[in-house]
Amino acid sequence: MSKRIELKSLDVYYKAFLAVEDVSMVIEPKAITAFIGPSGCGKSTLIRTLNRMHEVIPGARVEGQLLMDGEDVYGPDVDPVRVRRQVGMVFQRPNPFPTMSIKDNVLSGYKLNNSRMSKAEAEEITEKALVGANLWNEVKDRLEKPGSGLSGGQQQRLCIARAIAVEPDVILMDEPTSALDPISTAAIEDLAVELKEHFTVVIVTHNMQQASRISDMTAFFNIAGSGLPGKLIEYDKTEKVFSNPTEQQTEDYVSGRFG
Amino acid sequence: MTDTKPKVVRRLGDVVFANLAFFAGVSILATLATVAAFLFAQSVPAFTGPPIDAASEGFFSYVLPFVFGTVYASVIGLAIATPLAIGIALYISHFANRKFAQVLGYAVDLLAAIPSVVYGLWGILVLAPFLSPTFNWLNENLGWIPIFAGQVSATGRTMLTVGIVLAIMVLPIMAALIREIFLQTPRLHEEAALALGATRWEMIKMAVLPFGRPGIISAAMLGLGRALGETMAVAMVLSPAAVVSFAVLTSTNSNTIAANIALQFPEAGGNYTNLLIATGLVLFAITMVVNMIARWVISRRAEFSGAN
Ligand SMILES: Nc1ncnc2c1ncn2[C@@H]1O[C@H](COP(=O)(O)OP(=O)(O)O)[C@@H](O)[C@H]1O
Ligand SMILES: [Mg+2]
Repeated sequence: MSKRIELKSLDVYYKAFLAVEDVSMVIEPKAITAFIGPSGCGKSTLIRTLNRMHEVIPGARVEGQLLMDGEDVYGPDVDPVRVRRQVGMVFQRPNPFPTMSIKDNVLSGYKLNNSRMSKAEAEEITEKALVGANLWNEVKDRLEKPGSGLSGGQQQRLCIARAIAVEPDVILMDEPTSALDPISTAAIEDLAVELKEHFTVVIVTHNMQQASRISDMTAFFNIAGSGLPGKLIEYDKTEKVFSNPTEQQTEDYVSGRFG
Repeated sequence: MTDTKPKVVRRLGDVVFANLAFFAGVSILATLATVAAFLFAQSVPAFTGPPIDAASEGFFSYVLPFVFGTVYASVIGLAIATPLAIGIALYISHFANRKFAQVLGYAVDLLAAIPSVVYGLWGILVLAPFLSPTFNWLNENLGWIPIFAGQVSATGRTMLTVGIVLAIMVLPIMAALIREIFLQTPRLHEEAALALGATRWEMIKMAVLPFGRPGIISAAMLGLGRALGETMAVAMVLSPAAVVSFAVLTSTNSNTIAANIALQFPEAGGNYTNLLIATGLVLFAITMVVNMIARWVISRRAEFSGAN
């Protein structure tokens, strides 16, 4: 399953500080949407509102509406835990659980929903997720070894395997390759393109080549100055944003004439 | 680039610090060696000298009940203290709001500063009478479990009371240590768990507890070390007998090594003193074995510790 996400005048706060102001956009299913923009403009903040991870920070809150296939994600009786089980997230720094084996890492999310699973079932899910994350061939002989023994790029793909093992509707990635070498980066990029066959993929990146290579839609965010809220400046097809943007700010940023 | 040999720069600060650290390390080892040598040397007369009345059946049958009492009381104490300490640490680090957590942390630290005589007195005067009815209830309802069987002590001054006093004594330091470990859980891993849709408790099971495991073991060993060596509280609460008994509610309880030394030392003369020192050596050995086991347990899972 892959869901359409609709943001309606979303304001995102840390206590009294308005970090992201008035974002409205529609994120299409089975596509990659890239968030780009200078550091501090609220890309991480915004992507974390999509799976309600924003609110785990004390004092953090959201105003406005966020719909997922028409359902209000911030509705009064929506359990954030349920939302997070449908929206997988991959972080900037690979974070497999260091105390778990590769296999247990892959199954960790799945086990939350299904405490009882047969050995065969566990093996099937592990293999499927690792194949999906293009990691199976590299780790199939060491599934019981700790995940922290893998290279950075492999760890990040393990985190992706962990996220897709629960078959979510949406995959969020916050600068998933910024801590990785070029070869690992290319592997993750290829993987992201494969993932959009099944999922809604949102990726934050500071790498504009990356955005233009893999994304279908691009959202450019900017801030007018420090202490001011980040805003969505332009949101369009990636081709359009990079070749013929409407806004001058976007043009300056994508052509590297920024700041 | 010109081809010069790299020059090793020796900064004064580095040299001083390296030497200080080296000296500190050596002095700990030297102290330990001195204590061990003293215990050894002073123990010898207990075996070579004339027989001692207190140990007419030989050293090992003399020391056995004390070894048992020491380990048993400490294990009971630790069995009670560890889950409580984990609970308190979790509450302070992950559940309480920040202000209240600070107050609570402060209260826990204060508990650690109370001298053990006070705990002993409190054990006799308050805890023992208070627990007495509970002991009767345990004996009546759960008496079929061997440890709760037997004739219940009328005074409440039993092995279980000692265990509870020891638990309360080691609780603060354990809770404080474990809290520090829990606070160090990488945010990265907590968020990984939450983002998978873990509830707070599931996050704690996935990220916090496994990460803190070596620390919990270390804290438990520190607590065990304190409990093993604790003299005053045990000496005051128990009226000892030379027995090996698992029953925790009766008035016949084996004493601990440390409490026995404290009780007997003032009246001991000649090689009776040496005998007591020999029991001290046994305590030393027990503590060392316990620590070695702890290290082994921690290292067995080092691969999964996240430290690599
Ligand atoms: N935990 C936080 N508490 C308070 N302010 C925060 C927090 N995290 C980020 N911010 C602020 O929110 C703004 C947006 O940050 P962020 O979303 O991290 O930007 P980006 O990911 O685009 O670099 C910045 O001004 C940043 O200082
Ligand atoms: Mg960011």
